[in-house]
Amino acid sequence: MSLRYAIPLALFAALAIGLFAGLWLKPSELPSVLIDKPAPPFDLPPIAGLDVPGVSSQELQGQVTILNVFASWCIPCRAEHGELTKLMRDSDIKGRVHLFGVNYKDKPEDARAYLAELGNPYERIGADPGRLFINLGAYGVPETYLIDAHGRIRFRLPAPITPQDVDTTIKPVLRKLLAEAKS
Amino acid sequence: MRRLALLAALLVSLAALISPVALAIGPDEMLADPALEARARTIGQSLRCLVCQNQSIDDSEAGLARDLRILVRERLQAGDSNQQVVDYIVARYGDFVLLRPPVTRATYLLWFGPALLLLVAATAIVARARRKRATIDAPLSADEESELKRLMEPR
Repeated sequence: MSLRYAIPLALFAALAIGLFAGLWLKPSELPSVLIDKPAPPFDLPPIAGLDVPGVSSQELQGQVTILNVFASWCIPCRAEHGELTKLMRDSDIKGRVHLFGVNYKDKPEDARAYLAELGNPYERIGADPGRLFINLGAYGVPETYLIDAHGRIRFRLPAPITPQDVDTTIKPVLRKLLAEAKS
Repeated sequence: MRRLALLAALLVSLAALISPVALAIGPDEMLADPALEARARTIGQSLRCLVCQNQSIDDSEAGLARDLRILVRERLQAGDSNQQVVDYIVARYGDFVLLRPPVTRATYLLWFGPALLLLVAATAIVARARRKRATIDAPLSADEESELKRLMEPR
């Protein structure tokens, strides 16, 4: 085969491989600019009428934290709720990692009904009218942030947690953060 | 006649494309100071709504876009310059929030790729044309000359 045919064929093959690889990219999941930076300071009140304390950024110090942004009106949050609950019962995680909720733009009665129906895996929940959401660089619900013992954001998942996410990213990152906190 | 109608239809649809879109800014969000509000519009037009990703925050009905518009106005009222407001948002959402991407190492291909492609294509076309002309201008070889003679000879 002469070079005359080889060049277009090679170009086409490169294009095809590039486009094929692109099928696995997730352009809707944006990278966070806050990775390795301290979480923004905040002090959120509890959900009115709920016996779960509110949350402030001070409580992120000295412990490994999962900060999960959720809302009762968010359907994917329902889907990930089971994953979060299961994760918090995991023998590696239970008692070592703290799960804090950020209840985004919710009515207190709706949030209370949501937690009564699905159960409450959160240790603390802050009600956020939207400012912490922007300070986190969040752009959708649910979003999950993994925060190290120095209060720095180390990982962000801007999508509902799936069982694959738990195994491939969330658990390995949490284990790393726990190991760092120990040393 | 038919062609004329087609042309008219095309022009109308083009005009629809370039006509200004209705802004999503609610009257309750607008600032009383027209100069400050105008600056907020300039900034708002340049910021991407991260929910819709292809609209500015001024054009988007999304709740986050509304919150960002309010934040932009708050920062302006607090005395920030336009650049400070934009930097404030970029510090949270990254360069992606800018509808006009800045020239950085990551965007060199985006900014200069088309010019590079044009250059490569132009070079290829010029080289090809030169090669072609060279073959046309070359005199016939002795073999070609005799073959031509044989073909032209009356039978």
